[in-house]
Amino acid sequence: MAAEPKNGSTDRPRGETLVWLCSAGLALGVLMVVTLLGLIFWEGITVFWPKKVAEVTLHEESPARLGQLNTISGVVVKRQTNIKSGKEEWQLLTGNKDAYGAMFKYIDAADVQSVSHPEAIVVAERMEYGNSIFYATSLKFQDGTVIPVDAPDFWESFESAIGEVRDRYRKINRLEKKDIGRINRKVNELTIEQRALERRQAEGSAIDEAQLEAIKQNLAELQADYQVLAGQARELRGRQEADILHYRLSSGQERSQPLGDFVGFHQPNRMGLWDKISFFLHHIWSFLSERPREANTEGGIFPAIFGTFVMTVLMSAAVMPFGVVAAIYLREYAKQGPFVRSVRIAVNNLAGVPSIVYGVFGLGFFVYIVGGAVDQLFFSDRLPTAPFGTGGILWASLTLALMTVPVVVVATEEALAAVPRGAREASLACGASKWQTIQRIVLPASAPGILTGLILAMARGAGEVAPLMIVGVVKLAPSLPIDGVFPFFHLERKFMHLGFHIYDLGFQSPDSEAARPMVFATTFLLILLVVVLNLGAVLIRNHLRKKYATGAF
Amino acid sequence: MNTEESTATSDPNLDPPCDPEDALIEIKDFNFFYGTAQALYDLNFDIPEKKVTAFIGPSGCGKSTLLRSINRMNDLIDGAHHQGDIIINGHSVFDPLTEVISLRKRIGMVFQKSNPFPKSIYENVIYGLRVSGRNKKGELDQVVMESLKGAALWDEVKDRLHESALGLSGGQMQRLCIARAIANKPEVILMDEPCSALDPIATGKIEELIHELKNQFTIVIVTHNMQQAARVSDNTAFFYLGKLIEYSTTENIFFNPKQAQTEAYITGRFG
Repeated sequence: MAAEPKNGSTDRPRGETLVWLCSAGLALGVLMVVTLLGLIFWEGITVFWPKKVAEVTLHEESPARLGQLNTISGVVVKRQTNIKSGKEEWQLLTGNKDAYGAMFKYIDAADVQSVSHPEAIVVAERMEYGNSIFYATSLKFQDGTVIPVDAPDFWESFESAIGEVRDRYRKINRLEKKDIGRINRKVNELTIEQRALERRQAEGSAIDEAQLEAIKQNLAELQADYQVLAGQARELRGRQEADILHYRLSSGQERSQPLGDFVGFHQPNRMGLWDKISFFLHHIWSFLSERPREANTEGGIFPAIFGTFVMTVLMSAAVMPFGVVAAIYLREYAKQGPFVRSVRIAVNNLAGVPSIVYGVFGLGFFVYIVGGAVDQLFFSDRLPTAPFGTGGILWASLTLALMTVPVVVVATEEALAAVPRGAREASLACGASKWQTIQRIVLPASAPGILTGLILAMARGAGEVAPLMIVGVVKLAPSLPIDGVFPFFHLERKFMHLGFHIYDLGFQSPDSEAARPMVFATTFLLILLVVVLNLGAVLIRNHLRKKYATGAF
Repeated sequence: MNTEESTATSDPNLDPPCDPEDALIEIKDFNFFYGTAQALYDLNFDIPEKKVTAFIGPSGCGKSTLLRSINRMNDLIDGAHHQGDIIINGHSVFDPLTEVISLRKRIGMVFQKSNPFPKSIYENVIYGLRVSGRNKKGELDQVVMESLKGAALWDEVKDRLHESALGLSGGQMQRLCIARAIANKPEVILMDEPCSALDPIATGKIEELIHELKNQFTIVIVTHNMQQAARVSDNTAFFYLGKLIEYSTTENIFFNPKQAQTEAYITGRFG
């Protein structure tokens, strides 16, 4: 019996089992990647799908009741077994944080008497306190008209009133950000000028009194303009508070809230498939295009997407020339010997330095030394506010560029070494100098390899968080690093970043359970952004590869 | 074959195929080393102007090394150094005042493996002009036409000058490389086994071309193929183990070799 399997195994070529081992390893890796991506994708994408709201009727004596009625409505998030009691419990997303004090409620499955899905129930997104789940009772307008919920035009009026509220909100935003912002900037500049003049006066040197007067008058005019605009904003804000919605919670409380507090509403139990799809798409769009609200747990993440994108592009722009030039010298010009070898080893080892160390270096070198010097030289009249002497997107990009230089150097060196000798010799034999050969023949031929290095660098840089936390990332940036205000590129500004956003949502937010869906959605988006940036680079690389195919060499 | 005998009797200038007045390239006491390994030993001979001179010999005999010394391509190799001199038109190739770039413009080279650049046919031909900063459209067009005609390629590619050179056949690519070399209007064209990767028909075309080119250029060709040397060259130098064994007119080498080693090689007894 023992001889037979032995015979069988000698028939098989040696190493066959190792092939199985290799494929098993690959399969395991693929499985892990697919599972992780699938989880993130599914959790991230279902955030936007409207979910049915259940109205749960509890037993009379249940400790879970929230009001005088024994009903609660909410989205059933999870059914799980309580670790302590061993009983089944439901996690209910009840919303109405202002009324209940929490977004979630755990109820014992045993306490549940019945579950229904009433069509009339409304889910409303609010500016504060998260969503609210309620039955509308009536709308009371400023002029005193009251529309009860059973009036035929109630939903239409509600819809249009919310639309008006949104328009007004946008108007207020524009007024404050753009018009008042412009005045503030001017005031700021004039104040700096005024201060500089006054300082010189105090030092005893002669100044143009008329200039000082002009500044003061200008300031007064701006102040008047400001009053007008601020008045307009106040009026609009007051208008937001004028119309009031009365509603009743499932648990019995009667509440009323100004319409200005609402962002939108939907009735998930009444929605057909098409309504759901359009809600889904709309929700995704607002997630991508809007600014965050409520400690980032609501609203969109546009500033973070934009910040990540700009930072990655800046980083690539900085790391490419730097890394490529260094690699060219190292490979083409430097005399290969122990010194160059040790430089190469050092560069390779830099890739293994923990990224937080780069962050600390960036803070010390870029922010304090370089940024401080820039402020001293160009913005000395603004001190003590230091535009460049604090973290900003430029310093963050440069720090990451420094961190990813080894990747680019190594990839470029390899690409340069792979250019066939025949190509160089042909060029030299035509009377080209070494530099001309590198520039016209070697670099184009190695461009695909260099881009591979850049792709790796981008993938590493875009996903990095630790060093950014100390060189310029913030949880909420008031303005974008690139906008329509002269000089358009504000690279000294702090910025938001998807990676940091994930950390902030997941671990720093007041209600991490409520922020959970956003964490998944943001993670999904970060991965998507990295994939898109990489795909872009891959497409360029393939194009170059086709163009400079070196098959003939 | 006895080495003693061969060194004793090998005096290449016994039967010089080249009058000193006609000499374009003079090789004087030339020794060449890769690091510590000597590749060429005391070479002394002249190469005449507007003739085809073939270097033959078994692999590793140093014929390519000598060829690449003429336009200083060996500069690229770490640790390579030489003794003696190579003089072209009265100027030493190794003179510190000789600019290697202008030297290589005066000495074109065609390699064993055709190596067109991944550019258009047009750009390939004028590469040498581009790197010297000559960019006038009229002049470039003229040079492209002349060079491609000179390399007998014009009729085949005149309608697709701006397509990639990598779309050409092997023989066409090699002729393109010749066109590229003659676009610089060099005095000498060095050919390092230009046909070894080509089929017989393409080889025949190149050989015809070499016949044409020798009216204008001095050609030095390294070849493994003795029939080829017999067909295309006026003079032939036979190398063995880094030494010049015999240098004479091609006729003499093939039909009346003075050295026993030469005879052995060309009759196929070794090498």
